[in-house]
Amino acid sequence: MLLHESAIKQVTGEAVFVNDMDISSEMLTGHVVYSKYAHAKILGYDLKQAKALSGVYAVLSYKDIPGENQVGPVAKDELCLAEDVVTNIGQAIILIAAKDKNTALEAEKLIDIKYEVLEPILEIEKAIEKNTLIAPVRKIERGNVEKELNKSKHKISGVLETGAQEHWYLETQSCLCIPGEDRNIKAYSSTQHPSETQAIIAEVLGIKSNEVEVEVRRLGGAFGGKETQANHIAAWSALLCNATGKPVKIHLFRDDDQIITGKRHRFLSKYEAGFDDEGKIISYSVELNADAGSATDLSMAILERAMLHADNAYYIPNMKVIGKAYRTNLPSNTAFRGFGGPQGIAVIETVIDKIARYLGKDSVEIREKNFYKKENDNITHYGEKVENNRLQVIYEKILKSSEYRKRRLEINQFNSENEFEKRGIALTPVKFGISFTTAFLNQAGALVNIYKDGSVLVNHGGTEMGQGLYTKILRIASLELGVSEEKIIVNATNTSKIPNTSATAASSGSDINGMAVKNAIDILKDRLASVALELLGSKSQKENIIFENDFVFDKNKPGKKILFKELIPAAYLKQVSLSSTGFYKTPDIWFDREKGVGNPFHYFAFGMAVTEVLVDTLTGYHKILRTDILHDTGDSINDEIDIGQVVGGFVQGVGWCTTEEIKWDAKGNLLTHSPDTYKIPTIQDIPADFRVELLKGYPNPNTIRNSKAVGEPPFMLAFSVWLAIKDAISVVGNHKSEPEFSLPATNEVIVLAVEKIR
Amino acid sequence: MKLIINKKEYNVPDSYGEKRLTDYIRDELDLTGAKNACQMNACGACAVLLNNEVIKICHVLVKDAEGKEILTIEGMENPDGTLHQLQQAFVDAGAIQCGFCTPGMVLTAHAFLMKNPKPTREQIRKALQGNLCRCTGYQQIIDAVEMASEYYRKN
Repeated sequence: MLLHESAIKQVTGEAVFVNDMDISSEMLTGHVVYSKYAHAKILGYDLKQAKALSGVYAVLSYKDIPGENQVGPVAKDELCLAEDVVTNIGQAIILIAAKDKNTALEAEKLIDIKYEVLEPILEIEKAIEKNTLIAPVRKIERGNVEKELNKSKHKISGVLETGAQEHWYLETQSCLCIPGEDRNIKAYSSTQHPSETQAIIAEVLGIKSNEVEVEVRRLGGAFGGKETQANHIAAWSALLCNATGKPVKIHLFRDDDQIITGKRHRFLSKYEAGFDDEGKIISYSVELNADAGSATDLSMAILERAMLHADNAYYIPNMKVIGKAYRTNLPSNTAFRGFGGPQGIAVIETVIDKIARYLGKDSVEIREKNFYKKENDNITHYGEKVENNRLQVIYEKILKSSEYRKRRLEINQFNSENEFEKRGIALTPVKFGISFTTAFLNQAGALVNIYKDGSVLVNHGGTEMGQGLYTKILRIASLELGVSEEKIIVNATNTSKIPNTSATAASSGSDINGMAVKNAIDILKDRLASVALELLGSKSQKENIIFENDFVFDKNKPGKKILFKELIPAAYLKQVSLSSTGFYKTPDIWFDREKGVGNPFHYFAFGMAVTEVLVDTLTGYHKILRTDILHDTGDSINDEIDIGQVVGGFVQGVGWCTTEEIKWDAKGNLLTHSPDTYKIPTIQDIPADFRVELLKGYPNPNTIRNSKAVGEPPFMLAFSVWLAIKDAISVVGNHKSEPEFSLPATNEVIVLAVEKIR
Repeated sequence: MKLIINKKEYNVPDSYGEKRLTDYIRDELDLTGAKNACQMNACGACAVLLNNEVIKICHVLVKDAEGKEILTIEGMENPDGTLHQLQQAFVDAGAIQCGFCTPGMVLTAHAFLMKNPKPTREQIRKALQGNLCRCTGYQQIIDAVEMASEYYRKN
C-alpha cells in the first residue's frame, strides 16, 4: 500500500525508460548539430557530403521542415531549427539520422557551418542597459510604497543576485518516434507535457493532432526541465522519423543536454524596505529582473510567480513588485521546481535577515512579527486572502522540536571559543501558492474502465517522473471505488486516452488528476448503485450504496453485501456502461494581470525548516550539521512519498543555494557542462542529522481527500541553509556588519564575504 | 572472447572488444538496468560489479571485462526469484523515486555491505558518494542500506 507502484521494477532494472526501448533493428539514432556561437549569422553550409556517408539516412535543415518551423510553447519565438541567425550556443541547426551514434558523429564532421559572429548579450546588466525586455514590464502594487518608505524610521536597501540552476535529471532528454499508417506517428517521449509535445510534433510535421499519439510511462526525473524542453527533442525525432520512414530515437549525451536546454532563471533583484523599531516591515519595494535567455518560453509565467511570492510568509501593508524579463543570448531559460517562487522569496528572506542584524535581534523574532495573521493582516499584496494559515502552529512546533533557542545559546558559546570555525543557525518559512497562475491550465481529465472480471484500468493526464503520482492516483482510485489496489492498474499516460491535458507541473499533479479520476469514479458508482440496489433487493436510495473493501452494500443494512466483482458482470448484462471519463477544473481562481489583482491560488502550502551549519571561515567549506523540517501536506495521501518529496526538494534547494554554480565564458560557452564541473548535492552534502516531519491533524478543505500539493514548496526550505551560512559568516563581525552575500553561497562567496568583514 | 554475466557465459565476437561495456550489455544483451546518464565515469548510474568490485562501466571496454565475474542488477534477485534483501530494503524504505539511479545505487551498496556488514551511517555515505541521485535527497537510501545490513551480518 505504501510502496511506490514501480518500486519492484525499478529495483530489478526492469522499469523501462525511453532509452531502454529497442523496438526494431531498423531503429535509427537521431543526432542534433547545434550552434557553437551565442550570436551569429549563418553564412552557409553544404550537407551533400554528410548525406552521402554510408549509414546516414537523413540530414535535415529548416528547409526540410514540412510544417511550421516553430517550437515556442507560448510565444511563437523559438525556431525548431535555426534559419539565418543563431541566438544561443546549443541552438539546433541540422538534424541527422544514422544507423548509430558514431556514424552520426562522422556525418557531423562533414558539415562545415560558416558563421559571421555577432556580439552576444550574456549578462543581465548588459540586457538591462540595452533594454532587451521580452515583454512589457509587470507590476503588482498595494498601498503607498514611496510615501511610507520616506516616512519610515529605518530603511535598508540592496541588490541580490540569485544564480541559474541545471535540472540534472538523471535521464537526459529522450524521445523515440515510430511511423504509423498514413502520416501517423507515435512518440514515446520523456515529457512532462504529453499534449503539448503532441501539438508541437503535429505543427512541425504539418499534420493534425489526431495523427500524433504521445505516450509516457515514466521519466527519469524532470523537475520542470521536461515541461517545454522535451518538445524540442520530440520534434527533432519526429522530423527524422518522418523523413526516413523508420523509427528514430534521440537520447541526448549529458554534456549536450546541459549545453542545449534552458535552466532556472538567473535574477538580479533590487530592493528597499522600511520598518519600525520592532522590525515590522511597513513598506517594501522590489524590482525582479529575470534572464529569460534567447526566447520567451515560460519566462513571463515564472516571473509572475516570483512576483506573487515576493511576500513569502509575510504581511507587508505597502508593497510594490516590478517584474522584468530580458532577452539574452543564452539557451531559453525554463521551468524549474518552484517556478520563480524561490527567486522572489530569496529577496524578502534577505530583507528579514538584514533587518534582524540592523536591529540586533534574532531573525526569528522579525519573522514572527511579520507573519501573515489569521484574523487580520491576512491579505496578500495581490488581494488573495491567506486562508487556513498554518504559519503560527508550525512556527511554535518547530521552535520547540528543534530546540532553537537553546541551540542558539550553544552556538554563541561555540563561536566564542573557536576562532576560525563558526556555527550559524536559521529558521525559514515557506508559503507557496498552489495552482497554475494561468487559470485555464487548472483542468484535468481521466478515463476509468472497469472490465467484466472486475479489474480496473485508470488513465489520467499526469506524468510519473518519480514524484509518486501514479502511486497516489492508485490509492485515490482504490479508496474512491472501494476496490483493492491489486485489482487496479494505472495506465501509461497517453494522449489518445486523455486529450488536451496540462503539463504535470505547478505541484498540482495529484490535486487535479486525482480529482478527475474521482469524478470518473463517481459517475461509475452512480450507474453501478442502481444495479446494486436491484441485486440487494433494496428499495433504498442510490446515495446509500457504499463501495468499500471490494464489497458493495446499503449503509443502512451493512449485513448484506455483494462482491464488487459480482456486481460488475451483472451490470454488464444489464447493459450498463462500465467506462467513464472524468474531468476537473479548479474552482474560483482568477488573476487580472493588468491590475495585478486576483485569487490565483486554490490554497497555500506551508512549511518551515531550522538548519545549523558549521563554516570554516578560512576555506569557505561548510557542513550542514542538522536540519529540522515540519511541512504541511494536509491529510497526506501517502506519508512516505510526501516525506520523499520534502527531503528531495529540500536537498535540491540546498544544491541551488550552495554548490550549483553555473558559469559561462565571455563567448557564452557553458563551462559547467558535466558532472565534474557542475556540482549537484552528493550523499555527503545532506544534513548530518536530518529530521523531517509532516504536520498532522490539519486537513486541507476542498481538495482530493483533503490532501495538499508537495512537489515544489519544500525546495524553498533550503533558504534555512543559505541563511545559516550567512549567520555563521556574520559571527566574524560580531553580527554587526552585513556580509556581502549572493546565491549560491559557494566556498568562494563565503571566503570573500568573511575577508570583507575582517 | 567470453563474458560471464550474472553467472551466465556469453560468447562475444572479438569485433565488440572496443565497445563500451555499458553499450554492449544494453544494446546487444538487452540488459538495460545499467543506465547511460553521464558517460564520464561520474554519476554511478552504470555501476555494476566486476569480481565484486564496483565499476562504472561507461569507461570500461568489453575486452577489459573478459574473464571477470560481472554482476548486473538483473542478476541481483535471489535464486528463487524473490527480491534480494537489499532490493527489498530499497522498496520498503521508500528509497526510490524516478528509479534511474537505483540499479547502480543498489549494486554499489551491495559491494559495500559484503565488505562491511556493520556500517555506520557515515560509512554508508562514504561508500555511496560516487552515486548521484537527483530525486530522493539520499536520506531514505541511507535508511535502506542500514536496514539491509542486518541481512549481510547474518549471511
